[in-house]
Amino acid sequence: MTLRDGWEMVIGLEVHTELKTSTKMFCGCANEFGSEPNTNVCPVCLGLPGSLPVLNVRAVDLAMAIGFALHSTIGFSTFHRKNYFYPDMPKDFQISQYDLPINSGGYLDLPDGSRVTIERAHLEEDTGKSTHLGGSGRIHGADRSLVDYNRSGVPLVEIVSGPDIRSSAQARGYASELRGILIATGASDGRMEEGSMRIDANVSVRRPGDPLGTRCEIKNLNSLRSLHRAIDYEAARQVELVEGGAKVRQETRHWDEHLGETSTMRTKEEAEDYRYFREPDLVDLVPDTAWQERIRAGLGAMPAERRATLLARLTDPTPSQLDALEVVVDLGFDDLVLAAIDAGVEAPLALARAANELAAAIDDIANLTQDAFIATLTMEQGGELSATQAKTVLLELLAHAGDPRAIAAAKGFEQLSSDSLGETVAALITQYPDEWARFRDGDEKLAQFFIGQVMKLTKGQANGKAVIAELQSRR
Amino acid sequence: MRSALDIARDVRSGATTAENEMATSLAAIRARNDELNVFLFVDEEGALDAARRVDERVTRGEDVGALAGVPIALKDNLCQSGVPTTAGSKILKGWRPPYSATVVGRLLDAGAVPMGKTNMDEFAMGSSTETSAFGPTRNPLNVERVPGGSSGGSASAVAADMTPLSLGSDTGGSIRQPAALCGLVGVKPTYGLVSRYGLIAFASSLDQIGPFAKNVADAAALLEVIAGHDPMDSTSLPELAPSLLSHVNDGVAGKRVGLVRELFDGAAAEVVAEVERAAEALRDAGATIVELSVPEIHLGLSAYYLIAPAEASSNLARYDGVRYGLRVDADDVAAMNEATRTAGFGAEVKRRIMLGTYALSAGYYDAYYGQALKVRTQLIDAFRRAYLEADLLLGATAPTVAFAIGEKTADPMAMYLSDVFTIPTNLAGDAAISVPFGTGEADLPIGVQLLGPGRSEAGLFAAARVLELADGRS
Repeated sequence: MTLRDGWEMVIGLEVHTELKTSTKMFCGCANEFGSEPNTNVCPVCLGLPGSLPVLNVRAVDLAMAIGFALHSTIGFSTFHRKNYFYPDMPKDFQISQYDLPINSGGYLDLPDGSRVTIERAHLEEDTGKSTHLGGSGRIHGADRSLVDYNRSGVPLVEIVSGPDIRSSAQARGYASELRGILIATGASDGRMEEGSMRIDANVSVRRPGDPLGTRCEIKNLNSLRSLHRAIDYEAARQVELVEGGAKVRQETRHWDEHLGETSTMRTKEEAEDYRYFREPDLVDLVPDTAWQERIRAGLGAMPAERRATLLARLTDPTPSQLDALEVVVDLGFDDLVLAAIDAGVEAPLALARAANELAAAIDDIANLTQDAFIATLTMEQGGELSATQAKTVLLELLAHAGDPRAIAAAKGFEQLSSDSLGETVAALITQYPDEWARFRDGDEKLAQFFIGQVMKLTKGQANGKAVIAELQSRR
Repeated sequence: MRSALDIARDVRSGATTAENEMATSLAAIRARNDELNVFLFVDEEGALDAARRVDERVTRGEDVGALAGVPIALKDNLCQSGVPTTAGSKILKGWRPPYSATVVGRLLDAGAVPMGKTNMDEFAMGSSTETSAFGPTRNPLNVERVPGGSSGGSASAVAADMTPLSLGSDTGGSIRQPAALCGLVGVKPTYGLVSRYGLIAFASSLDQIGPFAKNVADAAALLEVIAGHDPMDSTSLPELAPSLLSHVNDGVAGKRVGLVRELFDGAAAEVVAEVERAAEALRDAGATIVELSVPEIHLGLSAYYLIAPAEASSNLARYDGVRYGLRVDADDVAAMNEATRTAGFGAEVKRRIMLGTYALSAGYYDAYYGQALKVRTQLIDAFRRAYLEADLLLGATAPTVAFAIGEKTADPMAMYLSDVFTIPTNLAGDAAISVPFGTGEADLPIGVQLLGPGRSEAGLFAAARVLELADGRS
């Protein structure tokens, strides 16, 4: 969507990402999603009287990895308390970083060629999770509220961009690229649907060249689609206000996914005074050079570089191959695809199988070995398996692991490619003499006819290339 | 009552049993607790269990520890698993922590027998134990007087011979001042020497747990047991626990003692006289007395009453009725929070929460909290300079002997001034000890204070021992 003529959006994003540590930020409780409520808790993350926080060094590792990936300056940092009352925050303050974050400055280059500056990427702890029963599902008007503290104290990094983003599409591109970086650094699993990456969007509008307009902050956008829609809605709302002679009021707004609207949560006047002050229970965080170097050295290639590496292996890529390439890098399957290409699999085939079959079963990806992937695709390419059969073998490998040849054999796929295919083709030639004659006379279109017939008879288990080879051999 | 070290020696040798010592302590508690209101909870079962475990270990010939079979009282802001812990507040009435403070674990490992939880000013905010939600504690030496505070219950437990040892916490003088008012040795250790894990926080950057005892050696033995690095407390010092008991008789020969004017200015004449007599005693023992002035000490009180309430306003936010302790139901969460805190906190706690909240507020932070931090830095520098000229400093602990119950409750400023000599050490993060020296009005004890830089405890105990001997105590 574009704004009405003569208007420009100005967007800055605050992205919260949960860090993929095995334990929480300030205690030894497991950091895992989906456990029974209130089972991963202890005196520290429940904020019991007398408990004290001890910083998880692994969280610092991951925060620094994010910093390096975003070209930030890493340095002396401190922790502060952000004070406000909320039932899912057990200490009624959040330990966060304030004037001295671990990562300051930096930038992120997007695939569209634009650059978005990074103001900071700081460490903080997550809150628990409230469920409000009855009423609107929000805390006001609820009959009862239940709190799960499993998430309380999970380490977060908040990445704050500069107000450099100029469209909802660019915002989406930024969030998507950032997500790729978070996954590539190992800092996060990037699962927005599980809340491990949540976005607040600061949106204002102005006439290009004018000073910044009054901004509104839209809280807790938890999908790229919501981000895109919410920004478009909010910017249009603001333009309408201003064109109608009204003023935009600085406030925090809530995005309603079902209504497709933002609404006021609280105005600037109602904004909390967080009374930040240094967290006296923690000491300064001063990552020394050796520590920083160890993290920097351990960083792999970031998505932009990995996309370039893979792109170099494609000749004249089609738009759909380029899409597949992005998906493959996004999901971290590029090493697998490159290995397959190195082993002789054609790049488009490797890309397609990874972007489709593997992407669809991402939760089971650990079952699939590189060797099994290569072997399956090699069989497909060599005509031993049809496309459908190869997909079936891949799905079986993803579901239960195993040896692709054994799976193909067990499903009876291999026989089809040899004797039985010849028999089927011979039978069809007898059945369709006219079509066979035209094919023999050079009408290549008829090949498709025979392939279709073979597929029908074999319920799709034949390999198209193998059918053509069989037809050619009998021409 | 016999000293803690004597009891431990006899329990280890089999001359007495931990169970026997525990029974003696229990009898003393029963005899006077109704009158004095020292213990909020007497853990008869837990104490008996702990004593029996010590006796079994003795029977098996195991090394039972430095405090074998010694009964000890714990201030009610120290968490002990399963034992009611209120911090003197109605808002925590009935709460039983599911975990124990690090110091409690170390006491049990050393063979000590925790007898129960002692009364205190609510959340340690007070200097007389009168702000407790559970009524004031009386000074065992004169029941019309306060025992001091906020650790008044722990001081009274030892002064009334209920237990030979107790633990308190000192945020601005809450161990040293009651020690002085009850005629005991009380120690505020260097910040970070003793783990705060399991100590219900008042002001995190100032709080330290420390010992009460009738004599210097017992206090040294107890501090030695509880001191040392704890991975559960990020502010815990990394070094090993210092050797203290072995230095108690080191004396002060060749030491420079700074007699600091600002540490007794404004004290009662009888208190000033004892401080001067203490200086003479130290000189007689071979120390050099250096007269010093540290004007920044006068700034301590006002900085303290911004920093401590600011931290407290945040530390006490968690008492919101959601998870534990008191809940007063209301229409929605915010109203429930408010009703709970209105009913659960006493006036002094509310006063300090408001003061601290204000000091941290947008627009006021720089003028109040920020300014107080600068003063704190100045004070730290001032002490550092003083310690270039002296190995340790001498002054009064409290301006007067124990005052009457009710005398200062209507005037918070008068109450706050009780801590004017003790607060600077907390702000500096240094160590200090109060040791009984002479008596004053109504034959009540006077305490003098010895101050030293971080980790100077061994030297402070040695100097305190010199004063103890000079004052005619064994």
